[in-house]
Amino acid sequence: MQRMRIEVVHRRDVLLGAAGVAAFASLLALGGKALAQGNPPTAADFLKTIHGDAKPVEAKVNLDLPEIAENGNTVPFGVTVESPMTDKDYVKAVHVVATGNPRPEVASFGLTPLSGKASVSSRMRLGKTQDIIVVAEMSDGKFYMGKRTVKVTIGGCGG
Amino acid sequence: MSAKPRIKIPDSAKAGEVIEVKTLISHVMETGQRKDQDGKTIPRNIVHTFEAKFAGKTVITAKLYSGISPNPYLAFFMKVPGPGEMEFSWVDDTGVKISEKVVLKVA
Repeated sequence: MQRMRIEVVHRRDVLLGAAGVAAFASLLALGGKALAQGNPPTAADFLKTIHGDAKPVEAKVNLDLPEIAENGNTVPFGVTVESPMTDKDYVKAVHVVATGNPRPEVASFGLTPLSGKASVSSRMRLGKTQDIIVVAEMSDGKFYMGKRTVKVTIGGCGG
Repeated sequence: MSAKPRIKIPDSAKAGEVIEVKTLISHVMETGQRKDQDGKTIPRNIVHTFEAKFAGKTVITAKLYSGISPNPYLAFFMKVPGPGEMEFSWVDDTGVKISEKVVLKVA
């Protein structure tokens, strides 16, 4: 009898153990998924932090980007926003988003009436062929945007 | 971030004129996405903040992310209010701050 009992306990242990392993595995899977989703913000997340629920109008933002970038590591870009840049009417911010990069944020510029002309240029990394979105925030709170596709021959995100 | 930043402004300008300012600083702009030979992630180290001031007033600020290429080049415009000094600063993830001043001659 005693032996039987021991066997029963054993079996339960084995069962519990198996259940535990399964539960742990599913937790791991969930954790991994949450990390993948939660950690790097998507382009949509980043855009939402910029303009909230407002819908930027596709106007006034001119993008200077190559049609084809042979080296994704340094892609020159320029952004010019139509604005008089006076104390009362100026571009407050310009946000550049690379929608197909592992981290979509490129740069956020804060302009002032002292800028004189709402135009900035720099160089960005592009991991693959993708759309570049630029959102401009005006001093009156309105949002405008521009969008361009850049074809990338060799990606520039180190892998 | 070590070498002296490069700054290009016109030799002289008139008050009210809009001039282009070009800057370049040497920096790896390590994205934090890459792994070393042992498979360990190389920590992110980028220049995350840039600011340009003229006579103490902000002309432009920039928040940079890993999407900016190594040795970040930044060009922008400024409406010259009068004579004064331009002040530039860059800050990276290791907390290093580099500042540079350039006097603008106003004719």
